[in-house]
Amino acid sequence: MSKFRKKKKGMPAVNTAALPDIVFMLLFFFMVTTTMRETDLKIDNPRLPSASEVKKLEHKSLVSTIYIGKAKDLKYGSSFNRIQLNDKISTADEVPAFIINARSKVSEAEVPFMTTSIKADKESSVGTIIDIRLKLRDVNALKISYSASKTAD
Amino acid sequence: MARRETPEINAGSMADIAFLLLIFFLVTTTMNVDSGVSKKLSEKPPADYVPPIIKEKNIFEVNINRNNELLVEGERMDIKDLQEATITFIDNGGGEGKVEEGVATGPCNYCKGERSEKSSDHPNKAIISVQSDRLTEYGTYLAVQDQLLKAYRELRNRLSMEKYKTPFPELEEAYKKDKQNESLKKKVEDIKTSYPQIISDAEPTN
Repeated sequence: MSKFRKKKKGMPAVNTAALPDIVFMLLFFFMVTTTMRETDLKIDNPRLPSASEVKKLEHKSLVSTIYIGKAKDLKYGSSFNRIQLNDKISTADEVPAFIINARSKVSEAEVPFMTTSIKADKESSVGTIIDIRLKLRDVNALKISYSASKTAD
Repeated sequence: MARRETPEINAGSMADIAFLLLIFFLVTTTMNVDSGVSKKLSEKPPADYVPPIIKEKNIFEVNINRNNELLVEGERMDIKDLQEATITFIDNGGGEGKVEEGVATGPCNYCKGERSEKSSDHPNKAIISVQSDRLTEYGTYLAVQDQLLKAYRELRNRLSMEKYKTPFPELEEAYKKDKQNESLKKKVEDIKTSYPQIISDAEPTN
């Protein structure tokens, strides 16, 4: 059956004309999802503890983050209890000012929904967290979220 | 004169440029989904505040020492057993519930506990008190909080399945999407008040 005889042909070249399209699509995806880190971390990226009862933080603009961990700069020592507010190492005493500053950036109606996210290293001590918590209570910033990564049950 | 065709622009390197940009964004991107254990702090008590007197049996004491060991109700315990112990305590239902706005809630009729005299009266009276050392590791502290919340979630879920035949997280999710729905709101509120989360943080030891 001559009809089915294979025609002699070389390997057809793979058409790569659509490759740039695919790459562009990926590019746009990453461009849109990327968030440039706004604050430089002055402490080592905290190794977050894990928990199963986590909730997603909504409304990013209403979240102010406090980092706790080991300072990158050795002059602060090697304990895991350094606190970073905005982009510098601070103490718990500066927390109220930090919160009030964050409040001034949002409208008054949204203030009760503001959340403070505490990103602390798992080796930080509870004392540091409690100091911060007392300061937060002083300025009536009552919603907090202990940042943790989610584990399965 | 022969008309010359405009030469085609070579677009072969476009893919290279796009790749370069792609790799740049791939590297710089941080997909951080912020999630955490949310907690509401209690308001600052006024200066003349006198704490109410609470019966010993309605307090579930969890102590964490500086070596990250747990002491629950005076006994050593592993973190993995904490959830069960908490459920037993909350769900005991050994007596009358508290009186809210002049309305007595009466005995707990949905509790499945032992109804022991020595444990909590009612879920709305059961207080969990977590005391930790200042030097306790944060990871342990959060693991304890997590276990306690897990206990509440299980109890709420169980009640929700019994009463409304839907898991509690689904009920909450549905309410979040449809805030106007009064019957959903009532259901969610009902479950939440049946098993209110009362976890207090005691002053740390030094």
